[in-house]
Amino acid sequence: MIAPLIKGLQITLKHLFKKPITLMYPEEKPVVAPNFRGLHTLKVSHDKAKCVACYLCPTVCPAKCITVEAGEDAKHDKFAAKYEIDLLRCIFCGYCVEACPVDALGMTQTFELANYKRSDFVFTKERLLEKK
Amino acid sequence: MEIMGLPLIYYGAMILKVLLAFVFVLLTVAYATYAERKIIGHMQVRIGPNRTGPMGLLQPIADGIKLFFKEEIIPAQASKFAFVLAPLVALIPAFISFAVIPFGDTFEIAGYKVPLQIAAYADQAGKVFDLNIGVLYILAMASLGVYGIVLAGWSSNSKYSLLGGLRASAQMISYELAAGLAIVCVFMVSESLSLQQIVSDQGGLFGWYIFRTPFTFVAGIIFFICSLAEINRTPFDLPEAETELVSGFCTEYSSMKYAMFFMAEYANMVTVCAVTTTLFLGGWHGPLPPVLNFIAKVYILMFVCMWVRATYPRYRYDQLMKLGWKVFLPTTLFLIVGNAFWITLFQK
Repeated sequence: MIAPLIKGLQITLKHLFKKPITLMYPEEKPVVAPNFRGLHTLKVSHDKAKCVACYLCPTVCPAKCITVEAGEDAKHDKFAAKYEIDLLRCIFCGYCVEACPVDALGMTQTFELANYKRSDFVFTKERLLEKK
Repeated sequence: MEIMGLPLIYYGAMILKVLLAFVFVLLTVAYATYAERKIIGHMQVRIGPNRTGPMGLLQPIADGIKLFFKEEIIPAQASKFAFVLAPLVALIPAFISFAVIPFGDTFEIAGYKVPLQIAAYADQAGKVFDLNIGVLYILAMASLGVYGIVLAGWSSNSKYSLLGGLRASAQMISYELAAGLAIVCVFMVSESLSLQQIVSDQGGLFGWYIFRTPFTFVAGIIFFICSLAEINRTPFDLPEAETELVSGFCTEYSSMKYAMFFMAEYANMVTVCAVTTTLFLGGWHGPLPPVLNFIAKVYILMFVCMWVRATYPRYRYDQLMKLGWKVFLPTTLFLIVGNAFWITLFQK
């Protein structure tokens, strides 16, 4: 009856001398996994977005947070004239990245997405474009 | 200048002694909250408070200021007089128990000896007089504390508070018996109720009462456990069981009145550890200077309180009653009988 009580005390005493696993968050940042699904990014190739506005990502999106409007450029190629992701609706499932046939969409390791205005959560094409 | 045949400096020393002891207990109470959060934090492999000041050392002060400036809320349905009175009734007995605890040897000032015990004096010959029923006084004050809790529970006019108050009174009565009986073993060895004499009898290696006979050893442990139950600390914190009773008897309390309950809880912890030190662990005897011995022993016991809190889950109500009445009470009765035989056979 008493032995298990003492064993419990031993366990807690042992833990007292362990290194705390606490991450001092704003000062220390966590190292996220390589396949972490953070903020989306539109990949760039030859100085323009690879996106061909095929509409597969808004179609597959379960949260319906992606808005794409196609446009035609000088060489009569299809491109995304408007590409917006509403992060307040996004569930970060990554289906859009999986669906993309031209590997134009990716997900970064950015996860600190807090903002002050609701409108700031709608990421336009300019904000999504990959920073080189 | 003299008052009643004693120089003014003697009275100054007496007052200084009281003030120092009181401020020290208050500071210990404040930093016990910090120590508890830190220790339990590390036992749960986290850090605990570390934002307020260096290593979070200003946390108790910040908490105090916050509670001080919060709005006083008295529920409309509460019985106002009792509601305001209850925190005081809980807090004061927690502190005044300290009056009889000898926390050090005597020191000399202007040829007069001043014993380091608040309610004590020394005569010209250097013999120390203190309250000759010190232990009874402590038991009395310990049981007064429950009135604050019951009063708080009743006057809040809330079901959670009332249940907390009821539990507190039932628990207090159950465990006071066993604690009192455990102390009887000490009386048998010390043959005195004066704490001054109990401490002076415990000098030397293995002079501590907890090592005096096998029965006092068990009695010491049982006394400490029962004391934990009496001051409502985990694993006996049923009166404020957060999972069941929101916050028990202090559900309706806020700001300073809540702070007073909180302080009472920790002051009780300090007092209980000091009493256990005095009765069983040799008071201020030990290798260090007397006062430091006492402080070290009290702090170690307080660490044990926190350690126990980090380890055990709360007892269920029926388990609590079973433990009090069916385990500790018969055990302590047996200890008294056994101790009597031991002393008669081996130490007389």
